[in-house]
Amino acid sequence: MDPSRLPDKPRPEPTALSAPYWDGLRAHRLLLQRCSRCGQVRHYPRPVCDACYAMEYDWVEASRVGRVHSWTVCHHAFDPAFKAELPYVLVTVDLDEGVRVQAPLRGAGDDALRLDRAVAIDFEDVDETLTLPCVRLAD
Amino acid sequence: MGATALRDRAAVTGVGETAYTRETDKSQLELTLAASLAAIADAGLDPKDIDGVIPYAAGGVVAEDFITNFGLTGLRYSALTPMGGASPVAALQSAAMAVACGVARHVLVALGRGSIAGGRITRRLAEMPQMRTVGEFEMVQGCNAPAQFYAPMARRHMELYGTSIDQFAEVAMTCRRHAQLNERAMMRKPMTREDHHASRLIADPFRLFDCSLESAGAAAVVVSAADRAADLRQRPVWIGGVAEGHPDSPSAITQRPDMTRFGLARAAPIAFRMAGVTHADIDVAEIYDCFTWVVICQLEDMGFCAKGEGGAFVEGGRIGLGGELPINTHGGLLSEAHIAGMNHIVELVRQLRGACGERQVAGAEVGLVTGFGDLGDGAIAVMHR
Repeated sequence: MDPSRLPDKPRPEPTALSAPYWDGLRAHRLLLQRCSRCGQVRHYPRPVCDACYAMEYDWVEASRVGRVHSWTVCHHAFDPAFKAELPYVLVTVDLDEGVRVQAPLRGAGDDALRLDRAVAIDFEDVDETLTLPCVRLAD
Repeated sequence: MGATALRDRAAVTGVGETAYTRETDKSQLELTLAASLAAIADAGLDPKDIDGVIPYAAGGVVAEDFITNFGLTGLRYSALTPMGGASPVAALQSAAMAVACGVARHVLVALGRGSIAGGRITRRLAEMPQMRTVGEFEMVQGCNAPAQFYAPMARRHMELYGTSIDQFAEVAMTCRRHAQLNERAMMRKPMTREDHHASRLIADPFRLFDCSLESAGAAAVVVSAADRAADLRQRPVWIGGVAEGHPDSPSAITQRPDMTRFGLARAAPIAFRMAGVTHADIDVAEIYDCFTWVVICQLEDMGFCAKGEGGAFVEGGRIGLGGELPINTHGGLLSEAHIAGMNHIVELVRQLRGACGERQVAGAEVGLVTGFGDLGDGAIAVMHR
């Protein structure tokens, strides 16, 4: 199907809380929220640390290495905007920092996936204002 | 108090529903009101006897609609239980609380789903506040609907425990066989294992026949206080134990420490303890079946078997009529209709009344109904005649 005939994909609407994450992706940096008091890393961004209840936080750049936690292969576009990409693989990745990222797999098929297989997070520029993460196999 | 606070303090005294169809020209409100009137009549009550109402949180029907259409003057309690497919069973808990403490005597719990035309699932979901997180971080990359949210949970379960698509098929075929005994069911054509495996992939490992139906229709129940229930038209079906449970990271499955465990795992021990029954006492179970694997996971989370053993548990006819634990005797969301599990409550009540005809579980005295919704919320009611 001609992608130009499909509806636009949904775009994130960053909040004050999440804007640093999205700005980080634009700069090809994977930034994660970190509690300023106890140091626990959390994701997705939220106001309070569930370990110590502190509301102060900063941002730490993630190593972008991790392991496969799970995945799915999407064969049906519930949102027609994704029709041109079918089938596509979404991988849930355990980052070394202890949180997870879900992102599409690039450069390989799902037959390469196993639990705990090493993967890396990479970046894809959608356009001048949006970059999304993607997953690639690592050695 | 505490552990047994709600035991037998409330009963379901009336059930009702509309026809279940693929499409409808009726509104969600019309369907909801029609099912409500049927449930109230079934209880032998007048609509003006209703003094509490819990409408379905997802959709446009509100307490005001019941006041306006039924001319209610004594509504004392209204609430919402926004937990997706766990909403109806969670509403049983709220209704039981309301009648147990005397705030209300007869609480109506009603759920309708109107036409799906022009309102596809991704648009409905994106508007829900509990989907805000996945809306920002996951829907933007093509993870847009429950099949896609839940598929990674099922895939991990398969990789960890060897759960197989043959076992998924057992759940789908069991629901279909039961639907063949239910004239209300939308899908009554026989389904073989080969049919299941040949159905198209939707979000691997889920095929089309692992997915519940899209339906229009409504169902409703009346929950009455114990001291009112005995005098009504139907034999009461008692709420012995009831609980809702929420998983870790309820707004994002991706971030959940153990994504193969639902909120139900926290609710089930509470409900069993409250009711004072064990798993062996359960004669019939209506288990929320938005996807086949979700049934397998809930059987584990309720403790019918250990984590990882749910796939083997559903084999060999155990969950069919005549088996050790018959489930989804109406056909479930997979083959009767997707009325968000309100149809599961209606079916359990009918089973415990002994009113299910050909599909009746002989001598059913104790049963349970579960709900599963949004990103892993759970609810359970253990009921008895």
